[in-house]
Amino acid sequence: MIPAPFSYRRAGSVAEALDLCTEYGEDAKFLAGGHSLLPLMKLRLAMPEVLIDLGPVRELSYVREEDGHIAIGALTRHHDLEHSEMLARVLPLLAHAAGQVGDPQVRHRGTIGGSLAHSDPASDLPATVLALDATLVARGPAGSREIAAADFFQGLFETELEPDELLTEIRVPVPAAGAAGWSFQKFTKRAIDWAIVGVAVQGSAVALVNMAGTPVRAAGVEAALAGGATPAEAAAHAAEGTSPADDINASPAYREHLARVLVERALLEAQSV
Amino acid sequence: MSILGTRVVRTEDPRLLTGGGVYTDDLRLPELDGAARVTFVHSPIAHARITGIDTEAALASPGVVAVLTAADMDDIPDGDGRPTTEPLLATDRVRYVGEAVAIVVTEQGYQGEDAAELVSVDYEPLPAVVDFDDALAGGTLLFEGTDSNVVRTGGEPAPPGAFDGCEVVVQRTFPNQRLAPLPLEGRAAAARWADGRLTLWASTQNAQLARDALAAAVGLDAAAVRVVAPDVGGGFGAKIAVDRDTIIVAWAAKHLGRPVRWVETRNENLLGMVHGRAQRHTITIGGSRDGRILAYQLDIVQDSGAYPRGATFLPGLTQLMASGVYDLAYCGAAFRSVLTNTMPIGAYRGAGRPEATAAIERAVDLFAAEIGMDPAEVRRRNVVAPEAFPYTTASGAVYDTGDYAAALDAVLDGAGYKELRAEQARRRDEGGPVQLGIGLATYVEITAGDGAGETSRVVVDATGAATVYTGSSPHGQGHETAFAMLVTDQLGIPMDRITVIHGDTDQVPTGIGTFGSRSLQLGGTAVHQAALQVKDQARDVAAGMIEASADDLELDTASGTWQVRGDPDTALTWAAVAAQAGPAGLAAAVEFRADSPTFPFGAHVAVAEVDTQTGKATLIRHVTVDDAGKVLNPVLAEGQRHGGIAQGAAQALLEEMCYDPEGNPLTSTLADYAAITATELPSFELLAMETPTTLNALGVKGIGEAGTIGATPAVHNAVIDAVAHLGVRHIDMPATPQRVWAAINEAKGSQMGPAHMRTAQ
Ligand SMILES: Cc1cc2nc3c(=O)[nH]c(=O)nc-3n(C[C@H](O)[C@H](O)[C@H](O)COP(=O)(O)OP(=O)(O)OC[C@H]3O[C@@H](n4cnc5c(N)ncnc54)[C@H](O)[C@@H]3O)c2cc1C
Repeated sequence: MIPAPFSYRRAGSVAEALDLCTEYGEDAKFLAGGHSLLPLMKLRLAMPEVLIDLGPVRELSYVREEDGHIAIGALTRHHDLEHSEMLARVLPLLAHAAGQVGDPQVRHRGTIGGSLAHSDPASDLPATVLALDATLVARGPAGSREIAAADFFQGLFETELEPDELLTEIRVPVPAAGAAGWSFQKFTKRAIDWAIVGVAVQGSAVALVNMAGTPVRAAGVEAALAGGATPAEAAAHAAEGTSPADDINASPAYREHLARVLVERALLEAQSV
Repeated sequence: MSILGTRVVRTEDPRLLTGGGVYTDDLRLPELDGAARVTFVHSPIAHARITGIDTEAALASPGVVAVLTAADMDDIPDGDGRPTTEPLLATDRVRYVGEAVAIVVTEQGYQGEDAAELVSVDYEPLPAVVDFDDALAGGTLLFEGTDSNVVRTGGEPAPPGAFDGCEVVVQRTFPNQRLAPLPLEGRAAAARWADGRLTLWASTQNAQLARDALAAAVGLDAAAVRVVAPDVGGGFGAKIAVDRDTIIVAWAAKHLGRPVRWVETRNENLLGMVHGRAQRHTITIGGSRDGRILAYQLDIVQDSGAYPRGATFLPGLTQLMASGVYDLAYCGAAFRSVLTNTMPIGAYRGAGRPEATAAIERAVDLFAAEIGMDPAEVRRRNVVAPEAFPYTTASGAVYDTGDYAAALDAVLDGAGYKELRAEQARRRDEGGPVQLGIGLATYVEITAGDGAGETSRVVVDATGAATVYTGSSPHGQGHETAFAMLVTDQLGIPMDRITVIHGDTDQVPTGIGTFGSRSLQLGGTAVHQAALQVKDQARDVAAGMIEASADDLELDTASGTWQVRGDPDTALTWAAVAAQAGPAGLAAAVEFRADSPTFPFGAHVAVAEVDTQTGKATLIRHVTVDDAGKVLNPVLAEGQRHGGIAQGAAQALLEEMCYDPEGNPLTSTLADYAAITATELPSFELLAMETPTTLNALGVKGIGEAGTIGATPAVHNAVIDAVAHLGVRHIDMPATPQRVWAAINEAKGSQMGPAHMRTAQ
């Protein structure tokens, strides 16, 4: 449980973080809350040679209302999302989902940027930003670029980010008046666990946690809803196009069943909000 | 009024709860200055021949003091020559993932893991045996020179005709799954060899047994070994004496002539500390349609793990307690312990008895379901009657005292059983997704069943303070509070002037320690008796001082003074009397041995909600009667019940140590091994009932394991009961959401089966 040797550098600003990244190249990894990276390093499943600590980069910790969207700094901690009054008002799905991550200790350290950049399909926030049609902002040596959430997650622990790019901001459109209904269903054995299956619903957008190598939109459900299906009818399509894992908690068939049950519950709850 | 039976808060707590505990790895002793750190190299393969170990690269790694393998252990005595003897470090073969192959000793702890990665071991893989049936078939044998993987058998299968005369016979096979004991503090040790003496500080439940085992393993006289147990953060049986890894650490200190220390990681703890349970049960239960159980047979396969440790005696305890609280015309049990390529099995809270209770309590529910009778009624009709005590079971256990029907009625009443059944019926009628289950368990268990006694010495010094030396060894239970209460009760010396000393073989050379819920009834009775002897000595000394007859003297326990009865002017303090007693002071040593074990009993009601769509079960109420005789201190007894119930519920709902077919552990971190937490548990409803034993002066039995024993079957039965109306008769433990869902599906399928066939005809 002791990581392999590594060097440690602190970045005081975004610019400094990018400079350090250019200096060390692929041998380096950003350290945000450390709650995904450090466990992997302790198990020696990750062995970066240099850690660039983003802790002091306070400029990336914020939740702001800008025209038509909410801008969230990548280093904003789960706890701050969970307790943001503005999010509770404008984007309750995100505030609620952040409050479902791990336990209070995890939420006080973990960041939204770290959670998205880590790209674990069992995590709560990737599917949430996917349901919210968020845009992710990445900054690299050549400047900033925007990546749609739908393009960002490439696979288990794989994203669109280049090794020398820093995720700086998450932009979430404010849901339209008719799409205010939301629900987050997280199915676990214990309160502290990662989701066996989860569902994030905003309006008629439906995204699934842990039903494939990446978070996925439940396209069959969304199409059925667009065609006027009831929640129960639409939920029957929840497992279409998914490829759930087989592990000690659940077989693929059980995950598919859970997706159908949870999607129906989520749609009903979203309707009632 | 006696202090006994009152709610005295734990005197240990201010220290332990404010970070003042000193656990083995916290020790900063001059004797351990410059101690090197030990890191283990574990086998990553379940079964393989070792064809070579290359330590060269590791030796060149920064900070490495030594890399030691079995080849370096020529200074320890040979084993007992049995083919299945467990080596300290693996020699030519590894038999489970996590088995220790080498140790790396480094200046600093962090250097150890780097160096351990550089130890290169050549493994020639062998087929792994994980499945019970494969192990029994013996296609692959774990040990050369044997012709079977079965290491121990006991008992007899049911004789022909045992179930004749039964109108209904139900048979079923189910597992009692493998669990990790998971104490908060894992294993830890520090050791030093100096002046011909080996000192070991270790997280152990029994310093004296640890000393004897260590001395034998490294070839020293017991007198040349000292074992100290500092604060110990839980053990649950898995820290009885010393295990092999701790012996290796102590040996390394002696071998290198340098102090060394070791603390395991949680990962190592899950893989390398003994596991518990791991039995497979086949129950056969028969009786009449009016609810009388006539015959019961329990056939046990005990997974031993890779070496015969606890598996040699644990199933014997299951066999002994097979008949539970029931008065049966026929009860039989038989076991086979079989080796597999997994972590060896050892004692874990309840150690053999929870398995017996889980089996028969599940069997009784299966029988009740088959005859369509309320499980509470079936139990009431079959429990041993109160006038039958002492009651000798078919297996030869002698139940000392009890009133099982009273415990059952009390818990049903406390739970509001009738109302619960009505609520269940209402939910079933409504047909909503969340159904209610009510689970019962009645149990009896055996405590202090080891046949050994316990030591104590009570000394009152010239300051009037008392010191208790006990062979018992707490690791969370609160002995310091309990034993001081016993002394203050007899001598009137205030609690804060009583020191309880334990867990150091130089201070307490003889003793047995804490396991099997033995401490209060053996260690506590020994303290009580020693206090009485000190009181008698003091009476004589005080009589001499006052020049009165000893018979006329009384001890005023409120003020802690001796006086002539009714004459406060003659009052003498303990300090004065002890000073007068001379250099030996007032001191008495006692070894108390009970004539036979005690049999605590109780009844639990668990109430669970099951979401029939997802299969998730939630325990919403848990009501218990746990009768362990007289209660010395309800705070301590309730604490034991709380922890026990939590661990019992965990087995029913969540916990299971899993291996894949190749013997790779699948639950080696706390993200995968689903230990129960406070969020998964309701507040427990504990009812009081005290039926004293006659086997010790205090009237007490053991309470340490009772909660676990009762809770598992109650919670398990509750989950099944919640979906019984859907046609489910059984779900294996742990009743995880997926298992519950699968059971509901299967029941639906089998109900549909005959209907389809009818349509086809
Ligand atoms: C006990 C426990 C329970 C947990 N339970 C849950 C749970 O229920 N649900 C859940 O969703 N998560 C859970 N987590 C994970 C937690 O949410 C993590 O905090 C989160 O996934 C990662 O965020 P972090 O800030 O800690 O990232 P880090 O661990 O610091 O980094 C993760 C990865 O992202 C990269 N990275 C970080 N920030 C950036 C950035 N700005 N730009 C580019 N790359 C970046 C790092 O280089 C690293 O590769 C749990 C964690 C623990 C320890």
